[in-house]
Amino acid sequence: MQQDRSEKDTLLDARGLTKRFGDILANDNVDLTINKGEIHALLGENGAGKSTLVKMFYGSLEPDAGEIWWNGDKVKISNPAAARELGIGMVFQHFSLFEALTVVENIALALPNPGNMKDLGRRIDSVSREYGLPLNPGDIVADLPVGIRQRIEIVRCLLQEPKLIIMDEPTSVLTPQEADQLFVTLERLAKEGCAVLYISHRLEEVKRICHHATILRHGEVVNECDPTKETPATLASLMVGSEIVAVTAGAHKLDFGDVRLGLNNLSAKAATPFATALNRISLDLRAGEVVAIAGVAGNGQGELFDAISGETKVAPEMVLIDGVQSGKKSITWRRKHNAAFVPEERLGHGAVPGMKLSQNIVLTRHSTGDKLVSGGFVSEVQAGDMEKRIKQAFDVRMSHDDPEARSLSGGNLQKFVVGRELDRKPGVLVVNQPTWGVDAGAAALIRQALIDLARSGSAVLVISQDLDEIFEIADRIAVISRGYLSVAEPVSDMTRERVGLLMAGGAEAQEEAV
Amino acid sequence: MFEAVLLTVITAATPLLIAAIGELVVERSGVLNLGVEGMMIMGAVIGFAVANQTGSGTVGVVAAIVAGMAMSALFGFLVIVLVANQVATGLALTILGLGLSGMIGEAYIGVPGIRIPEFHSEILAEVPIFGALFFQDGALIDLSFIKGLSDIPFIGPVFFQQDAIVYLGFALVIGVAYTLFRTRVGLILRAVGDNHGSAHALGYSVLKIRFLAVLFGGGCAGLAGAYMSLAYTPQWVENMTAGRGWIALALVVFASWLPYRVVIGAYLFGAVSVLNLHAQAIGLGIPSQFLSSLPYIATIAVLVLISANRRLTLVNTPACLGKPFVPDR
Amino acid sequence: MRIELVKRKEHSEVMSLMSPLIAVALTALSAGIIFAISGVSPLEGLYKFFIDPLTQQWSLEATIDKATPLILIGCGLSVCYLSNNWNIGAEGQFVVGALFGSFLPVLFPEFENALTLPLMLIFGVIGGALWGLIPALLKTRFNTNEILTSLMLVYVAGLLLDYLVRGPWRDPDGYNFPESRIFSDAATLPEVFGGFMSMSAVITLVIAGILAIMLAKTLKGFEIRVMGESPRAGSFAGFSSKRLTLFAFAIAGGLAGLAGTMEVSGGLNQLLPSISPGYGFTAIIVAFLGRLNPIGIIVAGFVLALSYIGGEGVQSAMGVSNKIASVIQGLLLFFVLACDTLILYRIRIVTRRGSAAAGEASHV
Repeated sequence: MQQDRSEKDTLLDARGLTKRFGDILANDNVDLTINKGEIHALLGENGAGKSTLVKMFYGSLEPDAGEIWWNGDKVKISNPAAARELGIGMVFQHFSLFEALTVVENIALALPNPGNMKDLGRRIDSVSREYGLPLNPGDIVADLPVGIRQRIEIVRCLLQEPKLIIMDEPTSVLTPQEADQLFVTLERLAKEGCAVLYISHRLEEVKRICHHATILRHGEVVNECDPTKETPATLASLMVGSEIVAVTAGAHKLDFGDVRLGLNNLSAKAATPFATALNRISLDLRAGEVVAIAGVAGNGQGELFDAISGETKVAPEMVLIDGVQSGKKSITWRRKHNAAFVPEERLGHGAVPGMKLSQNIVLTRHSTGDKLVSGGFVSEVQAGDMEKRIKQAFDVRMSHDDPEARSLSGGNLQKFVVGRELDRKPGVLVVNQPTWGVDAGAAALIRQALIDLARSGSAVLVISQDLDEIFEIADRIAVISRGYLSVAEPVSDMTRERVGLLMAGGAEAQEEAV
Repeated sequence: MFEAVLLTVITAATPLLIAAIGELVVERSGVLNLGVEGMMIMGAVIGFAVANQTGSGTVGVVAAIVAGMAMSALFGFLVIVLVANQVATGLALTILGLGLSGMIGEAYIGVPGIRIPEFHSEILAEVPIFGALFFQDGALIDLSFIKGLSDIPFIGPVFFQQDAIVYLGFALVIGVAYTLFRTRVGLILRAVGDNHGSAHALGYSVLKIRFLAVLFGGGCAGLAGAYMSLAYTPQWVENMTAGRGWIALALVVFASWLPYRVVIGAYLFGAVSVLNLHAQAIGLGIPSQFLSSLPYIATIAVLVLISANRRLTLVNTPACLGKPFVPDR
Repeated sequence: MRIELVKRKEHSEVMSLMSPLIAVALTALSAGIIFAISGVSPLEGLYKFFIDPLTQQWSLEATIDKATPLILIGCGLSVCYLSNNWNIGAEGQFVVGALFGSFLPVLFPEFENALTLPLMLIFGVIGGALWGLIPALLKTRFNTNEILTSLMLVYVAGLLLDYLVRGPWRDPDGYNFPESRIFSDAATLPEVFGGFMSMSAVITLVIAGILAIMLAKTLKGFEIRVMGESPRAGSFAGFSSKRLTLFAFAIAGGLAGLAGTMEVSGGLNQLLPSISPGYGFTAIIVAFLGRLNPIGIIVAGFVLALSYIGGEGVQSAMGVSNKIASVIQGLLLFFVLACDTLILYRIRIVTRRGSAAAGEASHV
């Protein structure tokens, strides 16, 4: 469709947009043209400047230099309300919703003149049905699953009769089937003349639905292309700027060793009204294998991680580490028994943001030998040595020696947090979202390290929402849905479609049938 | 007897009610201002001083409101603009308020005070325009029967002979409840307290909205202080608020951030705090110190009962309460 | 004009040291303005308030006497605040500690031997710790906000003291004055170094030293700091926030109780209806001005003690109300908190929106 991109159809034309944060040039002289009725992909690695760019279109950020032309007029978008007035809507990756408020209240907050709540409720009802995204206006957002929450954001845009909808990683919270449904809606919008700026790093879907693509790297536009004429591999190399080293899993062998981590009918009540209960989860993790747990965010992954790590206690027999009943044991006890854990949240859970890396090593290693603590006193020398060792082994890049955790980039901090545990060569490793928000180079390094650890005789459990990652590294795959876990099956027996069905509730049905 | 008790309960409850409803708005916006005591005592001393200088209770009340707002503006600048720790800054506000009020009030110790006039139906007729329309001879609609209401035994004194601030307190509760749950301003305020990141992303100025809420809370605390020194006990005594600002803070938790429940809480605590007075009048042999400590012990007991119910507190607490917000630009 | 905060990548170590100094300077500036408003020469007022107490031996000793309880309470509070436990009830823990510490000399005046003083001090620690553990238990058990409960208990403790000295503990030979009997010599803390320093000051310095080492070098100190900055990371490290809350309140209450006992034993020598000029609250300011670090707190304790003595000084010499002391204390805490912003943020003053290059008037 590239031949259709003529001047007169131009909806948005950005010229020379530049935005600087302190020392970092987030956007450097970016040009971008979006046509009417076009689904336009914005591609780039984490930190390439995609979010900064769209925030300038939506008025959340002000450019330091450059111009935005809208329908042939030069405009200044000084705040989101101005953007909405022009007809620009946005669906945020981390939703901009209010959990304590109802659906209709959430939508009213984004409209300039929402009018009477009852009438608005009726409008929401009809528009949401019309586009195949049904919503109940009176529901409180806190009670709704992520898929529905995204619908609220989309319907909120639709009610403003937008000419351009910006979507930031919309499918990262959806099952493959839900994503298909979203694509139908997007194609319909495009036919109606509405343009979509589609941010994603899932190249398959970009190739499938997008008409045009702009690729950002280090804040600059490096290329434009017609994604239908590219392959995911060529798109990836355009994004990263070099070939990515493929992860080598070694042969998928099925004769693994002893069970190192056992979960037996692991159940736990929801601790807060916003948490998910765990229901009779069973899984045997054997020496030498990588098992992945797939699932849409908010289906009990965090709760399961906490129960395995010991941050929440369960009945003793529900968690076995190397055969020992550990459900009631502390996280420190489990670490001493050769288990290690990497949580999803790097800052504030896996690491203390304002503490130096060497101090963050003490966080998980204070009782695992290494002479880090003796007689109650912490050895700063030993902590410093370990910090240097991990930094070298995992290529953690930093501006000066031993910085505070929060000053590292996402990818570098994740290498540190994973490296801190791998440095121990643990017998059981549980990782939640190992490469979330991490650049491709770091992600490949982390995945390879996980596989290597398993092949050396450890058992590795990976909880992830990224199906590409799961199929790349897992020997067996299980799916979590509303706190139920499906039976883990060898990767050779699994397809994306099956995983998708299990994510959408199949795991529950399977469990209830037992 | 019952009537007399009820009247003292009303006067004891009113400052708690007004200070708490103001703090409720502040906390709904996501800010925790622990400096209610400091703003209240400043309202008390400034209200007293200005009323004394001008001879007008009304001017004193207005000055007290302004003083409360000025104190809250100081707090707002620190916690909203400079993202200082809210708990510590609230404490600083209280310490500063207690010190400053002591210094300003030194000249007024023992000076006879001015009492703001009790609302008496006769006053209605004197209100410009309004009085002529409804209450004077030849009025458009004759509502002068209302004047008779205050003469009814029991009902009259309890409902129709209070000072204007008592009624203002109730008007505030109704106004706040209506605004929070029935208007767009209220919706935005609740949204900011629930998720400041989202509110910012949608283009609302989190800092501005919070600052205004903090100012409102300061004005209410100032008014509550004025009530202490111009109506409750019309005189200036150092530290005369005696922890009422803190009890008002507890009332907001007690009310689980719902305006009407603040009324229940304020009257409950008003009743507890006058117990001392009446128990001594009856002559029970309990040492007065034990009765005086009842409001504080009751506060602890109530906080324990409310907070033990995790579900209730989690659902109603504004999710961003006490969390600082720095917008990216 | 508009003030914007720009987050620093890491804590500024320079600002960590500078911010209390800037705060003290700004406070002195404000105090000067207040003096001017009160009709006194600002320079003279400031001299009388901050410098004069240091020039004479008696006032220097008085300053040390006032600084001692402030430092001891402030040290305990720093453990609470570092671990994110908002104990603002040290004043009550001070009083109840004093009551526990006094029950031997008040009720058993004949019990006079070498054990009297050590037992009094131990009881004082226990009393303060128990009073501090009430809000801690309510927090850990029922999730009750510790700020409000710890403060409410200040009023209750004050009334308890008032009841005792007017009732059961009143001196039988005291002509009905509301005060307890005078403590015997065996129950009185001695002075050391030729009367220049009290025993209380020595004990306080030793405890501050021990706490400084604990906070900086031990795993317990690490736990306290981790829990304060990131409770979720602390629980991931295997630390129990509930146990730490009990620990922090027990330490803070215990040290406040010890300070209370030493105040009645070494200073007042009897119980009175009021035994503290607000030490428990002023110590909050001391803790923050000292950057929650025991060594810093020793310095900060002196600064705040000066304000008590200086307040009396300006009152007697210049007729300015001694209430100015608490005004200056309040302002000091304000400035300390405001300046702490500089540790994590750079402040940018934007004079005109849009043209960032032209608009940036200054960077701090």
